[in-house]
Amino acid sequence: MKTEIEIAGVKWKNPVTVGSGTFGSGMEYGEFVDLSRLGAVTTKGVANIPWPGNPTPRVTEVYGGMLNAIGLQNPGIDVFCERDLKFLEDYDTRVIVNVCGKSIQDYVDVVERLSDEKRVDMLEINVSCPNVKEGAIAFGQKTEALTEITKEIKKHAKQPVIMKLSPNVTDIAEMARAAEAAGADAISLINTITGMKIDISKRTFALANKTGGMSGPAIKPVAVRMVYQAAQAVKIPIIGMGGISTAEDALEFILAGATAVAVGAANFVNPYATIEVIEGIEDYMRRNKVEDIKELIGAVK
Amino acid sequence: MKQKTSAVIISQKEIAPGIFDMLLKTDLAKEAHAGQFVGVYPHDKSTLLPRPISICEADSENASLRLVYRVAGKGTAEFSKCSAGDSLDIIGILGNGYDIRPLLEKKIVLMGGGIGIPPMLELAKELKAHGTEAVSVLGYRDSQTFLKEDFEESSKLYIASEDGSVGTKGNVMNAMEAEGLVADIICACGPMPMLRAIKKYAAEKGIPAYISLEEHMACGVGACLGCVVKTKEIDHHSHVNNARICTDGPVFLAEDVEI
Repeated sequence: MKTEIEIAGVKWKNPVTVGSGTFGSGMEYGEFVDLSRLGAVTTKGVANIPWPGNPTPRVTEVYGGMLNAIGLQNPGIDVFCERDLKFLEDYDTRVIVNVCGKSIQDYVDVVERLSDEKRVDMLEINVSCPNVKEGAIAFGQKTEALTEITKEIKKHAKQPVIMKLSPNVTDIAEMARAAEAAGADAISLINTITGMKIDISKRTFALANKTGGMSGPAIKPVAVRMVYQAAQAVKIPIIGMGGISTAEDALEFILAGATAVAVGAANFVNPYATIEVIEGIEDYMRRNKVEDIKELIGAVK
Repeated sequence: MKQKTSAVIISQKEIAPGIFDMLLKTDLAKEAHAGQFVGVYPHDKSTLLPRPISICEADSENASLRLVYRVAGKGTAEFSKCSAGDSLDIIGILGNGYDIRPLLEKKIVLMGGGIGIPPMLELAKELKAHGTEAVSVLGYRDSQTFLKEDFEESSKLYIASEDGSVGTKGNVMNAMEAEGLVADIICACGPMPMLRAIKKYAAEKGIPAYISLEEHMACGVGACLGCVVKTKEIDHHSHVNNARICTDGPVFLAEDVEI
């Protein structure tokens, strides 16, 4: 039975990674799971300099999910390289570094800084965070902007580039095609869906940022639909995510056309979720006599 | 080592309106100390996230954790309907908790306000077990003085009530003044206005005050960066003067945080 997959020439031992921002750089969840069992660790978004993030409250629960408006708090690329990448050296897993910025130059700075880092296997470019005022989603909602930033990053990147797409668009297929045409090696989707919650007793917004990105099981049908539409539109591999808590959820994404999947907010609900998803996929393959996971990718009829 | 595990409820009762006293059987109790907390998961999958609840008492011999919490929303409402024999998933032990060594043989005043009262009990007990009897100053709304007897057993107790029905009329600071209490070190948990007043008082007196903070949390283990507090110095994790309440706290030295 073969669970190995390949994205842009990078082989993963299995198709399971984590949603950026839900897992830090693995240090905290390393207490619960063996990081070497994951196909890849996707780290929290990192910028060229430290970002303080948004005021609190930054998180709130909604029916079947949650909203977050962390605002990409991160220590900046220098601390990240010295501490987080060094920590990941001890684990036998692929490392995908999620990159954020306010301007194209910010992204390029980070991408160039990472070009000589041996521990970095792939780059995921965050053009879809809904919680920062400049950059991020501004590059991910118009095809022209997505094309420009993808081309620019591809000029400087040494590692394969995954463009992380936003669901907050009219036509996801069009965005996927724009990323592919501009040279992206892969795409990942979906980032969170912009939402809002109001506290009726205080008549205030639940989040200091007013809006936040929705994640959790409640968004899964939207994510599966978008992964399917993107898979119909492009040939580059897709990392599917959005509400995956179980192996059954993950398999829906793979059947819809995802080569790999990410477990996100489910880590907060069940810190062992990643391992349970990996084992559940293997179990499904055994029960259904699937020799190679590749047989399942896009196999929905 | 942190883990998510299932715990059986040994007993539960309502000890004041909306305030519940739950005893859980769990080996996590063996690692628990004053000031730490656990995340408790609702069964209802529409409410996903663990509810951070402070540890009121940890009994390592009997492997039991006592949680005293207020019903504040859907999750805690669900917990309050559970009975002895039911199971709940919990994650823990979370947070830094108190280092009690610097507190020993000092004049310690423990201050608890409202649902900030329960976590001070384990601290009072640990101090007493190490030969230091603390003074407790507890602030209640009215005559519903939950945990009063427990605090009397392990500390010298003073009470303030907002309506004046028990002890000093007013808040914990009023009781401190009315009783002429003096502290070498203050340890406190309660609503933000109370913690701000304690921070100011401690700065004026030139004494350390340790305060327990709360914030909306998602992961509880330091990964999501949802629950942060502004800090005077650069924090060690993100280097941006935002410490994580769930892991760098919840207990902070008051002068280190901007509240």
